[in-house]
Amino acid sequence: MSKHTLLTLVAGLAILILLPFTQSNYGVFVLSSWLVYSISAMGLNLTLGYAGQVSLAQASFMGIGAYMTALMTMAGVPWPIAMVAATVLCFVIGFLLGYPALRVQHHFLAFITLAFNALVVLALRNEEWLTGGTYGIVGIPRPEILGLPTQKPLAFYFFVLALFVLMAAALYGIIRSPWGRAFKALRENPIRANSLGVDIRKTTLLAFAIGSSYGGLAGSLLAQLTQFIDPHSFGLTISLKVLLMVIVGGAGFFFGPILGALLIVLAPEFLRFTEGYYLMIYATLVIVLMVFCPTGLLGLVERARTALKIRQKPNATTWEAGR
Amino acid sequence: MNTFFQLFVSGLATGSIYALAAIGFTLLWQASQTINFAQGEFIMLPAFFVLAGTQFLGLSFPVAMAIALALSLLLLGFGFKRIIIDPLLPHGVLPIVIATMALGILTKEGVKQFYTAEALPFPALFSDRTLNILGAAISVQDIAVLLIALGAVALLQLFLNGTKIGRCMQATAQNPQVAEILGVPVKRMILYTFLINGALAFLASILISPIYLAKFSNGETLGLIAFIAAIVGGFNQIRGALAGGLLIGVIDNLSAAYISASYRSAVPLILLIIIILVRPQGLLGKAEGRTV
Repeated sequence: MSKHTLLTLVAGLAILILLPFTQSNYGVFVLSSWLVYSISAMGLNLTLGYAGQVSLAQASFMGIGAYMTALMTMAGVPWPIAMVAATVLCFVIGFLLGYPALRVQHHFLAFITLAFNALVVLALRNEEWLTGGTYGIVGIPRPEILGLPTQKPLAFYFFVLALFVLMAAALYGIIRSPWGRAFKALRENPIRANSLGVDIRKTTLLAFAIGSSYGGLAGSLLAQLTQFIDPHSFGLTISLKVLLMVIVGGAGFFFGPILGALLIVLAPEFLRFTEGYYLMIYATLVIVLMVFCPTGLLGLVERARTALKIRQKPNATTWEAGR
Repeated sequence: MNTFFQLFVSGLATGSIYALAAIGFTLLWQASQTINFAQGEFIMLPAFFVLAGTQFLGLSFPVAMAIALALSLLLLGFGFKRIIIDPLLPHGVLPIVIATMALGILTKEGVKQFYTAEALPFPALFSDRTLNILGAAISVQDIAVLLIALGAVALLQLFLNGTKIGRCMQATAQNPQVAEILGVPVKRMILYTFLINGALAFLASILISPIYLAKFSNGETLGLIAFIAAIVGGFNQIRGALAGGLLIGVIDNLSAAYISASYRSAVPLILLIIIILVRPQGLLGKAEGRTV
């Protein structure tokens, strides 16, 4: 990591720490949910952007994590155990779903995960004895850390921020590890990666399971943030929303999902004045973005940067690198 | 036994409508590797074209139908291809998935905002009398729907196998490069496929709306079921999509009656997962060569 990036990171973190003090309670809530969705989108980015597998089930993992945390903490289990359990459960379910599902790829995987998400929502809605059905679960407690309550929005924001930084650092480590490089090799050229000794199925399965556990943790945080969960919050539209965060920001870029989550969480706030037309405008923007820039915003930045480089130093190497 | 027969026939009728949607879906996939996640909304929309024609413009029902068909061909066929699919095709499957999902939302919300959020009755094309066959009450509408849908599929099959254009379309679907070399106007063939999908969506729309009422959110379930039918039957075969549609229609009806009403929609989903895992090419499909 160069000195330059390190400085930018420190500045970014300082902004994240100072920003909530300028915000109202509602602003802090929006920022918190941005960070929560970022964690979920980072997980999906690992599956989609680095391992190249389309998953439409991220919301169902958030749901599983959220319900697990809610049920356990409300039954009196300490929050660290509940959150770890939710994350591990999602890893295991991701593994069990991925093991048979990753035999097929691309659009088939998209359909299997889509069906899985629909099934999870159906089960959450129908098993009323456990999940409260369509009424959901109300009054999920927020954690208490070393005797400090996080009942206040600002305190909970810092709790989320700490976990966000932790998970981002972990993801950075994963991507830099031999595993992470294997993920990327798979996405770029599966046949070549395979011939170099990368076990395709094991590697994608691992990426999928880790991505799912990120979803589980995000769901766990979401349950504590909103203190109310219902099946509707984890439907297919939410999976699509998380997928959009990854694509809009730029799949396969480390900061892509974080930027994408920011835009998609803030979009309803900025477009609130449009009232009923909000979803239409949103959908149109997505189509326009896909048509003009399918690699997402960071892809656009990358393209502009390469174009600039080529203009400054027109030779084949820079052109080749930017392709 | 009588109830079973009754459920079976009405399942076949709705299943044949699902089959129309599923066939359009597989045609698009074969011709241009397009997965249309807005297929359900494509089926919801033409009914509203007809209703807008009769209610706001005061047109007679047949004229409104003709205009709705023309609009379906223009917007759902030509416009969809030109504006959304053409620019996205070079970038692979994922952007198309996202863009068509967004298109689905746009269509749904558009109808809700500019038309109505209510479920509107749609004029029945046939009498709702019931016939007594082998002691079971079978409605004339179900039989007519089944016959029309199957007739449309038979016509389509005849067109694809019996005419020059149809065979050129098949060649395009099988291997566009070779077809191009042999002088097939590949681009025009792909356009024809999109137009056929528009026409099939229109037909499915006017057949299903009298049964389920015309509502902006109809597309959600219809689209999902069209996928499931296409995959269960076989993604690369018309007869596969037909079989898949009929099968899902019947299973859906029977499981609602005999298994559990609350888990009714789970049965096709579970069937989908099993089929993809056990026989990814579908019940009647041919296995495609895989790169890895």
